[in-house]
Amino acid sequence: MKEEGKHKKAKKYGMVINLDECTGCGACMVACMAENNVPFKEDESNKLDSIAWMRVYKLTNGKSYPEADICYLPRPCMHCEGDHGHSPCVSVCPATATDYSHETGIVSQIYTRCFGCRYCMGACPYHARYFNWWDPVWPEGSTKYLSPNVSPRMRGVVEKCSFCFHRYQLAMDKAYFEGRTELEEDEYQTSCTQACPAGAITFGDLNNPEHKVHQLAKPDNKHGGRPGNPNVFRLLERLGTNPKVYYMSSREWVRRAGDNYLDNEDFAKNYRR
Amino acid sequence: MDSALIPEGVKRCSFGKFALGIIIVGGVLLWGVYAMLLVWLKGLNQTNMNDFYGFALWIWADLGVIALGGGAFFTGLLRYVIGKDELKNIINCAVLIGFICYSSALLILAIDIGQPLRGWFIFWHANVHSMLTEVAFCLSCYFAVLTIEYIPLILENRQLNKVPFFHNLAHNMHEVMAIFAATGAFLSFFHQGSLGGVAGVLYGRPFAVREGIFIWPWTFFLFTWSAAAYGPCFTLFVTRLMEKITGKKLVKQNVINLLAKISGWTMGTYIIAKIIDTWYWAAATAPALGLNLIDFYSNNPFYGIWILIAEIVVCGVIPAAILLTPKGRSNSTLLFTAVSLACIGVLINRWVMVLQVMAVPVMTFENWVMYIPSWQEVATTILPVAYGVILVMISFRYLPIFPQERELNP
Repeated sequence: MKEEGKHKKAKKYGMVINLDECTGCGACMVACMAENNVPFKEDESNKLDSIAWMRVYKLTNGKSYPEADICYLPRPCMHCEGDHGHSPCVSVCPATATDYSHETGIVSQIYTRCFGCRYCMGACPYHARYFNWWDPVWPEGSTKYLSPNVSPRMRGVVEKCSFCFHRYQLAMDKAYFEGRTELEEDEYQTSCTQACPAGAITFGDLNNPEHKVHQLAKPDNKHGGRPGNPNVFRLLERLGTNPKVYYMSSREWVRRAGDNYLDNEDFAKNYRR
Repeated sequence: MDSALIPEGVKRCSFGKFALGIIIVGGVLLWGVYAMLLVWLKGLNQTNMNDFYGFALWIWADLGVIALGGGAFFTGLLRYVIGKDELKNIINCAVLIGFICYSSALLILAIDIGQPLRGWFIFWHANVHSMLTEVAFCLSCYFAVLTIEYIPLILENRQLNKVPFFHNLAHNMHEVMAIFAATGAFLSFFHQGSLGGVAGVLYGRPFAVREGIFIWPWTFFLFTWSAAAYGPCFTLFVTRLMEKITGKKLVKQNVINLLAKISGWTMGTYIIAKIIDTWYWAAATAPALGLNLIDFYSNNPFYGIWILIAEIVVCGVIPAAILLTPKGRSNSTLLFTAVSLACIGVLINRWVMVLQVMAVPVMTFENWVMYIPSWQEVATTILPVAYGVILVMISFRYLPIFPQERELNP
């Protein structure tokens, strides 16, 4: 089994989120919280210290009627590869409590090893990492509904989206049991992908040309995975974080909102640098 | 009451006055200890930090005291390795300040982590790619060196020194101090640098990121350089402050002048390097990421371009110019102004590299995030200051910190 594993082609699990289809309903956020035992506060009005592995941002084009336009942008962890796995957060963690898997492309978080220095949070430009400022308090009776596959986190450690890694583990267990080492596309899907009523989120292996994510994003692995599809972009592409979450929109202002540009810059020419 | 413990030939205030001072500062210390215990027992929810502001007041204080404590390693290097013999008259003070600053830094780090009982993971599960790992290792080792440098000073207490073993131990430790001074300088180069690297490697943060050489961003070298430049200024600042409080001349002017001159040259060259670094970052690094310099200093209620001018010009160029001129160094008011401005300058630099980094929005659809520390954060930041004052008071009273004091105050 080990030998077979060695020759497996490395996966690069990622997402394409179609922003033209996202309605901002928040089902992805709810599904994520339920699936991953994400703790919540009694009063969630202060968003600066509330945990949302998947967070939906509301973007506007800043124009007035009739040209006013909005866009909802779901933001999970980007599972950045950086340069050969040196993602912004992984390279700074002093205790190796977060790691980049070259087998799956997923950035993990080891809760029992994290000692809460929060350097990774400072390093992440997407604010995808959250700190447990409090111990989780589950309303009476609700512990029965916690997922048994995901360990709840204690106070003082950092957590973040794992691309529902426990689902990958379950799918792989099943595959091994059936004598397979490869997964079908639909065998491993994240909870947000499945919960989206508009079908705006597509999840799969970016390295596999048969997977829909690959076909939508057309990632160019020779150039840091940048998208080949002109309507597809990544957040803060220019920083070199090499994220695995791609966004798709036919609207130029939305694509432009994905990164910073100088006022005099030719956006059409530079936006996929 | 305690005259037997006071060094021979020097005058100290009455024990009652001294005890009153200790009690007052001790009250502040206890307030800080109470806040510290609250944080340890209840967690970091006692602070006003949040998911956008993961690094805040404490990390600034940490970087600040380490920079100010840089006088210890640089003065030690000058005295023991380069051979500037006159500095033996101020080295004890530099070591004492360094010891206070570094023990404070370690305490702050222990308070700042979410799971204090797992603090040792940084050594056990060390990630060699992380600048913070380098900080932890070098900081701990250098604190050990500072302790070794401070011990002979304690053993020189009038009563302790009567014990032959302690007397000989102190003497022998002095003999080999050059080795520890060199080790301290080596360790300091790396931990001061890696603290600069902590910000410089954040390639997801355009405000902090810098190019560099091999694995080291330019901030690595700038932090070491600035600690060497500004650290001795803090030694001079504390010495002058003690002279004012005690009403006595404690160090001869030629010693002050020498350290001020060296500090002036180090600061002058540092500030040129800092200006070049800032210019390159503003003209090349940030625009390549789609940002203008002014983006980092506008659209928010606090961080204006004034902070850049205050750090580089008012608290950088001006003190360096004063310290570089013989007139500036010999005029005590000008000298005190220069070293005070310098201390503020390095603290602004560390503030900017921690708190402004967190405040600047990176994604286009986000806004600046402002942060005001909670009283618990303020109290735990004042805690090391109170502890430092107490240690200085005790050390000054009972240990021969200033070898020239007796000669200058017959």
